[in-house]
Amino acid sequence: MKEFSYFPGCSLHGTSKEFDESVRGVATWLDIKLHELDDWTCCGATSAHSLNEQLAIEMPARNLAIAERSDRDLLVPCANCYSRFKGTEYEVREHGRKVSFPYEGKVAIHFAMDYLCGKPVIEVVKRKMVRPLAGLKAVCYYGCLPVRPPRLTGIRNYENPTHMDELVKALGAEALQWSYKTDCCGASLMFTRLDIFKRLTGKILTEAAKTGADCVVAGCSMCQMNLDTRQEDIEKDLGRKIGIPVLYYTELMGLAMGHPDTGKWLKRHFIDPVPMLKAKGLMQ
Amino acid sequence: MDARGQAPNNNTSLLSEIYQESGEKIQNCYQCQKCSAGCPLNFTMDILPNQLFRHIQYGHRDKVLSSNTIWLCASCHTCSTRCPNQIDIAKVMDNLRAIAHRTGAKSGDKNISLFHRFFLSLTKYTGRTWEPGFALYELMSGGLGGFMGWGLKAFLRGRMGIFPGFKGGAEFRNLFKEVGKGGAR
Repeated sequence: MKEFSYFPGCSLHGTSKEFDESVRGVATWLDIKLHELDDWTCCGATSAHSLNEQLAIEMPARNLAIAERSDRDLLVPCANCYSRFKGTEYEVREHGRKVSFPYEGKVAIHFAMDYLCGKPVIEVVKRKMVRPLAGLKAVCYYGCLPVRPPRLTGIRNYENPTHMDELVKALGAEALQWSYKTDCCGASLMFTRLDIFKRLTGKILTEAAKTGADCVVAGCSMCQMNLDTRQEDIEKDLGRKIGIPVLYYTELMGLAMGHPDTGKWLKRHFIDPVPMLKAKGLMQ
Repeated sequence: MDARGQAPNNNTSLLSEIYQESGEKIQNCYQCQKCSAGCPLNFTMDILPNQLFRHIQYGHRDKVLSSNTIWLCASCHTCSTRCPNQIDIAKVMDNLRAIAHRTGAKSGDKNISLFHRFFLSLTKYTGRTWEPGFALYELMSGGLGGFMGWGLKAFLRGRMGIFPGFKGGAEFRNLFKEVGKGGAR
């Protein structure tokens, strides 16, 4: 059994609850034990690095210091938390930055998308699969921070990443090609400038629908929240219906591996994916 | 003006200030405009990223710090990965926001700068982001985002916790005291 320290992050305890549930569910199915960090706190997100760089290093450092109390690697599903953690690791390791916590830059930080879409896990998933997602057409949407900046993420093909596509194909679905894999969804502009936000997400959703995909597959809580929960508002602006479900890759894994809680995760979506999945015979 | 030189202007210190705080060399920019061409927010910025860099070279401090560009930047890092001179443009934007914040420059987008200040003030006490609290930001900013209705829908789907976590204690809150409104590096 593989064991990780686990940092869900604030979103996964709130607006991205189904991401947390599906990561945990899939991990159990894959014989991975997750130990949530004790008393973890906010990574600072966009606001800290926008206003104060030292605070933007200290907030992740506190969590990383907690993670270093054990010798387990750290698994992080949220792209923003992951990026902040890697940025802090870089500052401490490369620039010898001093922080207020006993963090030495030792703990290995893994992004859940990289780990769960990696070859070793895909091999296990293939063996445990009970219901291949035959007939499902998907476009993979990576967003920004899961791939950029490559100095921190280590992703070599950051303009055209394929690791989530590989997982989707291994699950038996079809991964369609499109040009908007790493376009920006607007992130926190959803709260501050809805007008600009709708233009960015409207373009991504329109292009996703044009490919003929049944769903968008996302691996960042911000991306999923923005494309799914605001889709009806975006449709009003565009003046036409899109109605494309936005699923987490972990939810597709749960579906293909027959995890009994998959239906519960999918119920939390604003754009209900269940009718589409039922029509394709992928859910009862 | 030669892109490597510095304009004879009393305000040129912004260029060196950025270099000292972020280590980024704006003087290396030769105006290829790749940053602006690939920027997803370019349609709404009052000064494009490459233009902003020219203004920094010229020392137009107020113009740069009060532009909406620095606040609209969503930190997507597309520009940073494409710059042929390896300028980490997203990092420079962070630095410019921090300078604008601590020097009290006129904000080029009041909603966004307010959101970041609000987010940190709230999180300081809750330890973890308390999403229902964003409703207060909505009221402060004039309530145009439709957050309330959206939040209710999220709540009904179990995607919105009601109570804040209150984690981290004094150790976490002290972080905000020690760094205060201080600089970028």
